Amino acid sequence: MASVDIREVRKVFGATQVLHGVSVDIEDGEFVVLVGPSGCGKSTLLRMIAGLETVSAGDILIGNRRVNDVPPKERDIAMVFQNYALYPHMTVFENMAFSLRIRRAPQTEVDRRVRAAAEILGLAPFLERFPRQLSGGQRQRVAMGRAIVRDPQVFLFDEPLSNLDAKLRVAMRTEIKELHQRVGGTTIYVTHDQIEAMTMADRIVVMQSGNVEQMGAPLELYDTPANLFVAGFIGSPAMNFVRGTVRRPNGPMLETGANEMLPLPECPGLEEGRPVTLGVRPEHVTLANEAEGFPIDVVVVEPTGAEIQVIAKHADDDFVAVFRERLDVHPNQRIWLKADLHHAHVFDAESGKVMRA
Amino acid sequence: MATTAQTQPASLPLPNQSRLARVLDHKPTLIVLCLLPALGLLLVFLSFPLLFGIYLAFTDTRLGRPGEFIGLENYRSLFADRTFWTAVWWTCFYTVFATVLKFGLGLWLALLLNHRLPMKSLLRAIILVPWIVPTVLSAIAFWWIYDPQFSIISYVLVDVLGWRDTYINFLGDPWNARWSLIAANVWRGIPFVAICLLAGLQTIPPSLYEAAMLDGATPWQRFWRITMPMLMPILAIVLAFSVIFTFTDFQLIYAITRGGPANSTHLMATLAFQRAVNGAQLGEGSAIAVAMIPFLICATFVAYFALARRKWQQGGSDD
Ligand SMILES: Nc1ncnc2c1ncn2[C@@H]1O[C@H](COP(=O)(O)OP(=O)(O)OP(=O)(O)O)[C@@H](O)[C@H]1O
Ligand SMILES: [Mg+2]
Repeated sequence: MASVDIREVRKVFGATQVLHGVSVDIEDGEFVVLVGPSGCGKSTLLRMIAGLETVSAGDILIGNRRVNDVPPKERDIAMVFQNYALYPHMTVFENMAFSLRIRRAPQTEVDRRVRAAAEILGLAPFLERFPRQLSGGQRQRVAMGRAIVRDPQVFLFDEPLSNLDAKLRVAMRTEIKELHQRVGGTTIYVTHDQIEAMTMADRIVVMQSGNVEQMGAPLELYDTPANLFVAGFIGSPAMNFVRGTVRRPNGPMLETGANEMLPLPECPGLEEGRPVTLGVRPEHVTLANEAEGFPIDVVVVEPTGAEIQVIAKHADDDFVAVFRERLDVHPNQRIWLKADLHHAHVFDAESGKVMRA
Repeated sequence: MATTAQTQPASLPLPNQSRLARVLDHKPTLIVLCLLPALGLLLVFLSFPLLFGIYLAFTDTRLGRPGEFIGLENYRSLFADRTFWTAVWWTCFYTVFATVLKFGLGLWLALLLNHRLPMKSLLRAIILVPWIVPTVLSAIAFWWIYDPQFSIISYVLVDVLGWRDTYINFLGDPWNARWSLIAANVWRGIPFVAICLLAGLQTIPPSLYEAAMLDGATPWQRFWRITMPMLMPILAIVLAFSVIFTFTDFQLIYAITRGGPANSTHLMATLAFQRAVNGAQLGEGSAIAVAMIPFLICATFVAYFALARRKWQQGGSDD
């Protein structure tokens, strides 16, 4: 096990810069999830840690040793690929034993380690099968088994669950988390699914177009997003945004394009006339009367049992509200809502930076 | 209800169409009908010459005179024929050495081309050249290269580099002639092997190599534990083809040495032609040709069943 330090790392492919100075400090034994939209450079960063891509600038340290110029096979890192990259001509046993055989481990040790890993992953009945004879979930497990057997310094996962169906994905999510608690090991996990990130991570790194937008514990990102991007990316259903201009008749108000006046929470920088965006999570609204609320037009009502999700239009934007109590609302109905100002966020409309978290 | 209403008109065609339509709807009939042209062509152009050749081998037919059935007499006389046995031995030798060299060099070229090389597509095109040139043309070129007086190889070795005193007698000495022919065959055969193996190499996902690299495998280990086993199925099929082409080679030998000197470079195919056409002994020539069949069948079976069919390729879909 080892810590991983990523310092001001840049990556350039020909003329295009893909990573613009990324710095992440990962502690020994930590489970860190890199999350971000497609094409933001997550896989590239992961492959640089593994040594499969060169580092254009900056440093990568594994266990305090600079590894920029260390070839992959000497970094002692195990990686689970999105397509699993199982060796099709080897049995499950041989797939898992491959790294041990390369190291010329004695047969008894190979046997012991592979069978132990197979036991943990429930692969014992499949050891003599070939990858083609396995289901997607079983292959995924073999890929993880191949990593566990090695007992490496760092585990890397590149979207390991994206080829599985929804139900299996949820099950494997729990399993990987459990495995981490059991086996330990510094883990860097890449996904574009924020729910996966929220449920699995000790710490989340949110990336966008080659930059780190914010780092922190899952609930920290949820409660205090640093900017509009993180606020919109973390959380499902996503945060609602209302754009407008600050007016200060008495307290701070937001004048929207539809000439509504919404109250804003007080915070520094709310000068008259400043364009800002109000952010309200779907669960932080309550029903209100016509006088003190803002109107939304209900489009769809989705009761899930525990709560009711209302998808609506506010002016021309989508607005989602979640209620824990059982309400009697119907499509095409107009209802009035009030934002819970205590939990509302305000962002600078131009820079997207948070003014009040 | 809805389906019956839809299918009713279709299954009750107009009376004047009914018979033809019904015959064509009958699946076995349709299959036979569709296969007929292909089967006919095969029968006329492949099976007939083969069967006729086998028949001729049991007769003493000569050119211009129909022969009589003489049973195994042709084979009995061949059995005592030193020239025939030299040809058998040389055909096997030629096949084994040319194939090994073609595969060694072809695989090496394919691996080279599979890497990121500058001007890769140009190199690929150049490599195909020996294969595109008509065999007779390249054979004539080799004939010049191996000429006792005008050989470019001799010229370079003797006059330019001064490594030898005398010109090499490439085609006058049996062993020189044999190695010269093998070299010509290898030169001609490499493109086929290299391009086929390159296609095979490109089906191996790069992530397998990356996984192996992270597992600690050296380039050498990656080659033996990933590349070779994954390439085996294609290698086996290309090997089978290559063995057949080499074993039945005719053009190169006939254009360069015509079996000489002193019949030392006759392959079974050229010897068969020599006896049947030049010597007018159609029956004996056919017998030599027929004697090639068991060798070919054996080579094909070994290549195909020993190497091509792999357990890991069977079962399960690849989704
Ligand atoms: N070999 C390459 N050459 C040029 N550009 C590349 C190369 N590999 C990746 N890129 C570019 O780098 C950017 C980041 O790619 P990367 O694969 O890291 O994205 P990602 O965040 O993993 O996305 P996804 O979630 O879709 O896997 C993309 O815009 C991609 O086009
Ligand atoms: Mg990716």
